[in-house]
Amino acid sequence: MGAGARTLAHRSPIVSIRKVALAMAGALLLAALLFPICWMLAASLMPESRLFESRPLLPTAVTFEHYRALFDERDFLVPIRNSLLVSGLTTLVAVPVAALCAYALARLRMRGKGLVLACVLAISMFPQISIVPPLYLILRELRLLNTYPGLVLPYLTFSMPLGVWLLTGFFRQLPKDLEEAAMLDGATRMRALRDVVLPLAAPGIASTAILTFLYCWNEFLFALSFTLGPDRYTVPVAITLFRGRYQVPWGQVLAATVVATIPVALLVLACQRRIVAGLTVGATKG
Amino acid sequence: MNHRTASIERAETRFAWLLVAPALAVILLVSLVPIAVTGWDALHVHDLRLPWLGRPFIGVGNFVEAVNDPRFRAALLHTGAFALISVPLELVLGLGLAVMLHSATRGRAFVRVSALLPWAIPTVVAALLWRFMFDAQTGILAASFRTLGVVGPAFDWFVHPLAAWLPIIAADVWKTTPFVAILLLAGLQTIDPVLGEAAQIDGAGPVRRFFTITLPMLTPALVVAAAFRMLDALRLFDLVYVVTGGGPGSATEPVSLYAFITLMQRLRFGYGAALSMTVFLLTFAFALVWVRVLGRSLTGARS
Amino acid sequence: MAAIALNELAKTFPNGHVAIRHLDLRIDDGEFLVLVGPSGCGKSTLLRLIAGLETPTAGRIVIGDVDVTAHSPQRRDLAMVFQSYALYPHMSVRDNLGYGLKVRRTDRAVAAQLVADVAAALDIQALLDRRPAQLSGGQRQRVALGRAIVRQPKAFLLDEPLSNLDPALRAQARAELRRLHRTLGTTVVYVTHDQEEAMTLGGRVAVMRDGAIEQVAPPLDVYARPVNMFVAKFIGAPSMNFVPATLVGIEAPSGALAGIRPHDVTLGAAGQMHATVELVEPRGHDSLLHLRLDSPGAESVLAVIAGAAPPAGAHVFLTLPADRRHLFDGRTGARIA
Repeated sequence: MGAGARTLAHRSPIVSIRKVALAMAGALLLAALLFPICWMLAASLMPESRLFESRPLLPTAVTFEHYRALFDERDFLVPIRNSLLVSGLTTLVAVPVAALCAYALARLRMRGKGLVLACVLAISMFPQISIVPPLYLILRELRLLNTYPGLVLPYLTFSMPLGVWLLTGFFRQLPKDLEEAAMLDGATRMRALRDVVLPLAAPGIASTAILTFLYCWNEFLFALSFTLGPDRYTVPVAITLFRGRYQVPWGQVLAATVVATIPVALLVLACQRRIVAGLTVGATKG
Repeated sequence: MNHRTASIERAETRFAWLLVAPALAVILLVSLVPIAVTGWDALHVHDLRLPWLGRPFIGVGNFVEAVNDPRFRAALLHTGAFALISVPLELVLGLGLAVMLHSATRGRAFVRVSALLPWAIPTVVAALLWRFMFDAQTGILAASFRTLGVVGPAFDWFVHPLAAWLPIIAADVWKTTPFVAILLLAGLQTIDPVLGEAAQIDGAGPVRRFFTITLPMLTPALVVAAAFRMLDALRLFDLVYVVTGGGPGSATEPVSLYAFITLMQRLRFGYGAALSMTVFLLTFAFALVWVRVLGRSLTGARS
Repeated sequence: MAAIALNELAKTFPNGHVAIRHLDLRIDDGEFLVLVGPSGCGKSTLLRLIAGLETPTAGRIVIGDVDVTAHSPQRRDLAMVFQSYALYPHMSVRDNLGYGLKVRRTDRAVAAQLVADVAAALDIQALLDRRPAQLSGGQRQRVALGRAIVRQPKAFLLDEPLSNLDPALRAQARAELRRLHRTLGTTVVYVTHDQEEAMTLGGRVAVMRDGAIEQVAPPLDVYARPVNMFVAKFIGAPSMNFVPATLVGIEAPSGALAGIRPHDVTLGAAGQMHATVELVEPRGHDSLLHLRLDSPGAESVLAVIAGAAPPAGAHVFLTLPADRRHLFDGRTGARIA
């Protein structure tokens, strides 16, 4: 007893040192994660000339010039509208279709289930670049280049497998006996799906929708390849194609990145639990 | 007897296929057809700038050219080296962040949001950000390195073939460490705290507990995280396109970018298709190997 | 209300596991039948087969006069209470109770009345607007029962409905179940692994092992005349002792074993067997004695003695009343007498 108390008493200062060290390391990591974003925000508010000074650390003057130019001269609302439409449309199409498929894969008896999942997985492993040329030619034939459907269709190549993958995981997590109880109560599979399964799967469906939207919003290669003009550029493409007359207009570029980040940040702030739930269900399925 | 019950099962199977059909149809149409076309193209000559050549079948001719193409070999080297450097970095840092998130009692939401933001930001935005920070004239990190004397006063990160990799790797690690952290955090949360307590009673200190209990039990999550990251690293494109454009020259060019240039700028669809197929085959092979490793590690962890 | 008949039922799962082998059972209309057995014996699978949640590999299931083998669960008009209760978490108790009626398009006024009646019968009116998450275990169990009762099905299927309750609540819930059965008179098929529950609840008890029914009879018959050693050992606690029949002085074929229930043993100054007391466990009302026989095999025997018990180390004589003997074939385990 006495020896234990003595070691405990000796332990306390060492334990707190360790805790402080851990906390500091953690704080450093967090700072490293957040600093670039804070810097991005700060730099976007600095006048152009200040950016080229050798130690532009603290903003002396705050200016909204870049933001004004962004919307007045570069009409940045157009890419934002395009991104919102394309991401939203893709999510609206992909998630319900994937949900039905995922429910069947998670719950119903069918042969070839493993094959379907394996196919979905294998197809999603294809490098995006490899399907750009054929898709380009197909879209051109269908006169869908530089249109909204012309982006939604290619976006389905990754959003469908993603949705099926995530939602199968979510459906599997639901307890089976609830559907069985509903069936004994007289509900058909469809009815049980509507009355019992979907309400309970709503958080998982929300997670999937949010992740799908995020992936679409961030997508670059397809948007670069299948849009032809500024009227259909999405946000990532528009920002990348900013050109100044003599040099990269960093001020406006940064303002654009801030604007591009705001919806994402809002989504993360509002739905961080849902996002984490989505990421981990996809991962622990392994 | 059996045929009666078989009809219930058949009805269920029919219903199942009904639900699966729309998703499968979309995936097949939108993905499988282009993939098949690419596979077809890889076996032919298809050069949009030389239409008079037609589209003759050349079997593995494109693949042979790829194997002998020094630029392709360099691209493979770049991609492989990038993956081997950034993925372990992300795993280690992600583990640290995960441990921190796991033991944080207050401010968990704040930490989670801070961790998620870099991951949620569009890749091109992150790329532009890091491009900006390393820019010779305006970059704060470039300026800091100059002040610290690590590099000379006229040093331009993007002109030096090896140095240009640093912004790329930094951007990738910055962006995906949170993703890895969240995967590992989920794994940490499934470890029964009773095990740690038992070890504590047995006299094991925190470091020993971490290495003998936490890490082994975390192996499945680590393997999954490593697999996801490896697959993504092999498909590196957005970051390099924006940060360096593959330059200087083609010093930082990964395979996806070379395939992109071949396809969309040189318009050599046949050869480009072969390049993409090669990338896919390598990715697929890697995934197969990994699944085997994953299977063994999972059964090992259970015992 | 209906009788249930199972003919030559068998179920083998796709992974090769044989869950039910050649089973015949007839459950009478209005009967309370308990399926009891160790885990893995197939009792839950049998219940799910009756419900239609699993399809048999062979055999027929007849409810009333209708062969329902090919019927989906929806069409069988049965009600099941799951071990986890399976209450719909996103619906109120009222909606939970009324869901089956809603699906069958029962007239709304009629349904509301039925729900109210059942809630009153089970004393859960105060809970009608709450969600399952806000209820205690005992309350959830009653709602689960109510959901089954309100549909007035042909039979109730209960899958270990008391196993999630505190032991204190269990006795009360058992009494309520018996009362309900008396009132409603509906056929009940009840699954449990607890042999005491089986004995107190069942009109008849079906003891199962490895996918087959070893014995089906009223509880006292199963207790007094178990058909083989497995049933003898499974029913009754502490479980029956088995000693070579010769030790008890019974004329029997060689290798036969005599079964002695701990409660049937009497101690005295003289008797058939001589033993030493190894351990005494006082249980208040009685004592559990661990005895070691003074025999070539030195078998250990459990005895339950009312009142004061001899101390450890004492030498005692055991007597077995003639009318409490069970004789079993040592090789097959089947009952001889």
